[in-house]
Amino acid sequence: MIETRIDRRFAALKNEGRAAFVAFVTAGDPDTKTSLELMKKLPSAGADVIELGMPFSDPMADGPAVQYSSQRALKAGQTMAKTLDMVREFRKTDKETPIILMGYYNPIYVYPADKFLADASAAGVDGLIIVDLPPETDNELCLPAGDVGINFIRLATPTTDEKRLPAVLRNASGFLYYVSIAGITGTAPPDPAVVHEAVAAIKQSTDLPIAVGFGVKTRQQVSDIARGADGVVVGSAIVSAIADGLDSNGLATRETIERPLALVQELSRGVFDILDG
Amino acid sequence: MSSNETILNSFRSGPDEEGAFGHFGGRFVAETLMPLILELEEAYETAKKDPDYARELNDLAKHYAGRPSPLYFAPRLTEHFGGAKIYFKRDELNHTGSHKINNTLGQILLAKRMGKKRIIAETGAGQHGVATATVAARFNMECVVYMGATDIERQAPNVFRMKLLGATVIPVTAGTGTLKDAMNEALRDWVANVESTFYLIGTAAGPHPYPAMVRDFQSVIGNEVREQIMEAEGRLPDSLVACIGGGSNAIGLFHPFLDDKGVDIYGVEAAGKGVETGEHAASLNGGKPGVLHGNRTYLLQDDEGQITDAYSISAGLDYPGIGPEHSWLKEQGRVNYVAVTDNEALDAFQLCTKLEGIIPALEPAHALAFVEKLAPTLSRDHLLVMNMCGRGDKDVFAVAGYLGVGL
Repeated sequence: MIETRIDRRFAALKNEGRAAFVAFVTAGDPDTKTSLELMKKLPSAGADVIELGMPFSDPMADGPAVQYSSQRALKAGQTMAKTLDMVREFRKTDKETPIILMGYYNPIYVYPADKFLADASAAGVDGLIIVDLPPETDNELCLPAGDVGINFIRLATPTTDEKRLPAVLRNASGFLYYVSIAGITGTAPPDPAVVHEAVAAIKQSTDLPIAVGFGVKTRQQVSDIARGADGVVVGSAIVSAIADGLDSNGLATRETIERPLALVQELSRGVFDILDG
Repeated sequence: MSSNETILNSFRSGPDEEGAFGHFGGRFVAETLMPLILELEEAYETAKKDPDYARELNDLAKHYAGRPSPLYFAPRLTEHFGGAKIYFKRDELNHTGSHKINNTLGQILLAKRMGKKRIIAETGAGQHGVATATVAARFNMECVVYMGATDIERQAPNVFRMKLLGATVIPVTAGTGTLKDAMNEALRDWVANVESTFYLIGTAAGPHPYPAMVRDFQSVIGNEVREQIMEAEGRLPDSLVACIGGGSNAIGLFHPFLDDKGVDIYGVEAAGKGVETGEHAASLNGGKPGVLHGNRTYLLQDDEGQITDAYSISAGLDYPGIGPEHSWLKEQGRVNYVAVTDNEALDAFQLCTKLEGIIPALEPAHALAFVEKLAPTLSRDHLLVMNMCGRGDKDVFAVAGYLGVGL
């Protein structure tokens, strides 16, 4: 596969000697305009990689924070076309920050999938994380995505044992997303020592960078996880900050952008701690 | 009729190794669950070949659930409709009042073999929740049932029943608080407790191997009908009719007859206020293919692929998807999928009660409402078997409400 923005970004950070800070927001939360403005400001706040959630009515792998975020976006009328428009707009001013679309398969399947890949590629999408497409379904989207130069990011989990790992790695590209806990997003914080051990074990079998997510909420957790991984993903905490900044009618205020940005500024400092020893 | 039909040797050979019925079915689940799904498939394949497993299941089916259920000739409805000879497969007489026990017994024995100590389930009307709580009590396992907050309100007696049986009922307020949301929440629980927990899915849907496994457990219905109708009439039936939500009672009745070309088969979906109104639960008649809850199948969804709410007077049919084998049988043209409205089902509910002294659940009342349309068009020697898959005791309060009667 050709080199993508994701490959370049992880390679550059490896040279810097630190992990990537990956920030998740849901596209269109709380509305498309506010969401785009927030997205554009994420890189300067400290996001090395942006994960953009494609809202879905039934986010089965997500905890309440991301569920509510998804519902807010859908209620405000977010569509797949608007999500891809956001990426296109973002790319006009930022040619380097990798963008990964994250979500569930059905909205892509009905788009339909081949048109989605063409439009996503044209818009400037670099990777996909599709929660309900395990390796057994690689013909659906993973392999066609590779054909248009989009990385298909695989998830490895605490239940991914030695027997399972080769299947997970087979068509993986970009980086590997290690799900730090058996569970849904935004719940219990992971134990850094356990995570580091799991990441080290997986590294025996792959040269791909490994980013860790699920349950990371504080700068200290980011700092701890970053010492044994190539990236740290924060999602639920950021979308909760978006929610905290809404007015009583659920509409955007200045705070809707400023709170999550302040949080990203604070948390992303955690990936630099390793450079200070 | 598709050209595939002439090529196929059998409609009963699915699913393939990937869990697919044609392009439906499959395993669309989070990676965390994949190892367990594969383990479950292996455990089920092993159990299927084990005579001890079959013996234990048959023994429980007979002495605990009360199988075989009778095949009953309904004389007054036959006379009233003035056409086909109508038989009811009396699965409402099973322990816990519906066909759901056929499946929960099969799965709890599998959970026991796999060393699981904790059972989770989703429920809509509460029938599957009750059937799960029942077998969990019998096998001394912890039981957690997820139920939409909206459904908890309209099915209070079943909620209390589950609690009496020792289950914890967790109200689900996410989304619209109905069956699909309960299933989402059960999946979230499963992913967090994957080592200890067995997810006992109530219908012939979800990731492989559930659709095939639940179908196998429910096929006892159709297999008994084959024997019983031979005994009663000396030949196979001409038509089969069953209601469809997720489709477990229907596939259980239909599957043993799929290769009998002379048997016409009808699945009856819930048209709610009418398929054209958008307020219905008819995934096959009013939906399109998509991916949800681990399988590709017909779904109620908007143009963006967002799942829309199902609506039906019957909480047991109120699901925006359907088992993948039904989607395949629809595309193959082997089964005719039709739909009847709330009002038609309510009329059939009352008619059956008055003429046969059987209070049907609102779910099979949908099947009967279609029988009411079909039977008069058929000759008097036409044999029609309808699955009476649940009893209506749970529905009398709701029906009173709809009829404007205060209790």
